[in-house]
Amino acid sequence: MEAVLKIFRGDATSGAFRDYTVPLDEGMVVLDAVHWVQAHQASDLACRWNCKAGRCGSCSAEVNGKPRLMCMTRMDHFPPGEPITLAPMKAFPVLKDLVCDVSWNYSVNRRIPAFKPAPPEADGTWRMQQVDIDRVQEFRKCIECFLCQDVCHVLRDHDRKDSFAGPRFLVRLAGLEMHPLDVESRGAHLKEEAGIGFCNITKCCTEVCPESIHITDNAIIPLKERVVDEFYDPLRRLWRRLRGSA
Amino acid sequence: MVAVPAEVRPRGFAATERRDAWWVAPLLQGLMLAVFISYATWAALQNANYHWGGYLSPLYSPLITADWIPVPPSLLILLPPVLFRATCYYYRKAYYRSYFLDPPACAVGELRAGRYRGETAFPLVLQNLHRYLFYATFLYLPFLWSDVVHATRFGGSFGIGLGTLVILANTTALTFYSFSCHSARHLVGGGLDCFSRTAASRACHAAWKGASVLNARHMLFAWMSFFTVCSADLYVRLLASGVIHDVRLL
Ligand code: SF4
Ligand code: SF4
Ligand code: FES
Ligand code: FES
Repeated sequence: MEAVLKIFRGDATSGAFRDYTVPLDEGMVVLDAVHWVQAHQASDLACRWNCKAGRCGSCSAEVNGKPRLMCMTRMDHFPPGEPITLAPMKAFPVLKDLVCDVSWNYSVNRRIPAFKPAPPEADGTWRMQQVDIDRVQEFRKCIECFLCQDVCHVLRDHDRKDSFAGPRFLVRLAGLEMHPLDVESRGAHLKEEAGIGFCNITKCCTEVCPESIHITDNAIIPLKERVVDEFYDPLRRLWRRLRGSA
Repeated sequence: MVAVPAEVRPRGFAATERRDAWWVAPLLQGLMLAVFISYATWAALQNANYHWGGYLSPLYSPLITADWIPVPPSLLILLPPVLFRATCYYYRKAYYRSYFLDPPACAVGELRAGRYRGETAFPLVLQNLHRYLFYATFLYLPFLWSDVVHATRFGGSFGIGLGTLVILANTTALTFYSFSCHSARHLVGGGLDCFSRTAASRACHAAWKGASVLNARHMLFAWMSFFTVCSADLYVRLLASGVIHDVRLL
């Protein structure tokens, strides 16, 4: 059995999809097929990978148009006989073949106000209860594959990287904001810099997350509600005025 | 920012490398929404046949009978629930995808008219007031439950008809829909960072856990309740206009 891969070859200025025929093996994943192409047909084919176990988040690409981890996508997932399209993430500039420049994400990350712990208890330590930390543990599963960033239409179609941090960083912000020991306030950052209002909760990020993080329901919508508390809820604003805290 | 050459990977409306029938889900969703919205609008404008015996159509509950109001009272009654649904986080997703095509489906190109502002600018920034519509429609629930009680009254004695069950199913679905709301989930405890500190915050944690269980099924309750509202109205309407007869079960 063989499969035909149509792989994007090129960079940000020119490129084309080229066909490669690959022999199939039992249990093979798309990344295996790419490695086979590198070993036998195109030693200059560029792709990022590290763990081949869905842990490092390096091998993100678009397989038949869907953002996926190549190492977690089995070849027998696709109907036999049909070519499989393999392209780099569309939301980021291509460096070469399947490799993108994702450095914009790191600059967004650097601007997020860091964890700021409350003062320690009398014995100089901090304590947390499991019930308080359960919720944010979901957000710690993120492997920074940036598939959610790639599929998010605000970044992918509208290219609002100037104003919107993207779902991955809203997940990180949720982990910080909901942390029981954190005392930093990130409301203004969420509204102005991270641009949470640009998200129209259409949930594509949740659909592609390989870690099954409920990005929209558990991170973005709860953060939107917190932003409402701080900036849009007229009664809360009035109450803060009356108490002299705003 | 150009990510890849456009001639190799086109952008623009419906451009995609997806091979599946990505357009089926938004199309069906859009059609279903259109059917429910059209029926509810038509039924609300009738201003007749909304009552039969102890049964009252949910589209007319709570019942206002004031002749001096220039529009059908049902339109006024329906305004808060309609706005509640229009600003619901789930329905937003549904109509942004099916009607605004923003995006039509994941990893599928969209129509790009003007600079995208999302929910940061008027009028969509008003979606942020969804919680006030939750408060307003919450007040409807006691009326809807009293409609269930009335639906068990047949000429002064207790009874159960098929209509009683239809109205009970509708009120149950609407109750689940309200309590599974994202704003409700936030208001009952989701806004806290620390659940374990006080007795009150522990109670909020229990409420938030319960709301989270319901919230995970919010889409289901959204469709179910829209369906039951329309079905309950249709059942009462057909009874009131003499097309069908109620089946008395007890
Ligand atoms: S839900 Fe929001 S963040 Fe997620 S893909 Fe959609 S617009 Fe982007
Ligand atoms: S949230 Fe999910 S999709 Fe997004 S970067 Fe993290 S693991 Fe990847
Ligand atoms: S190679 Fe590490 S996630 Fe695929
Ligand atoms: S009713 Fe759907 S989120 Fe509130």
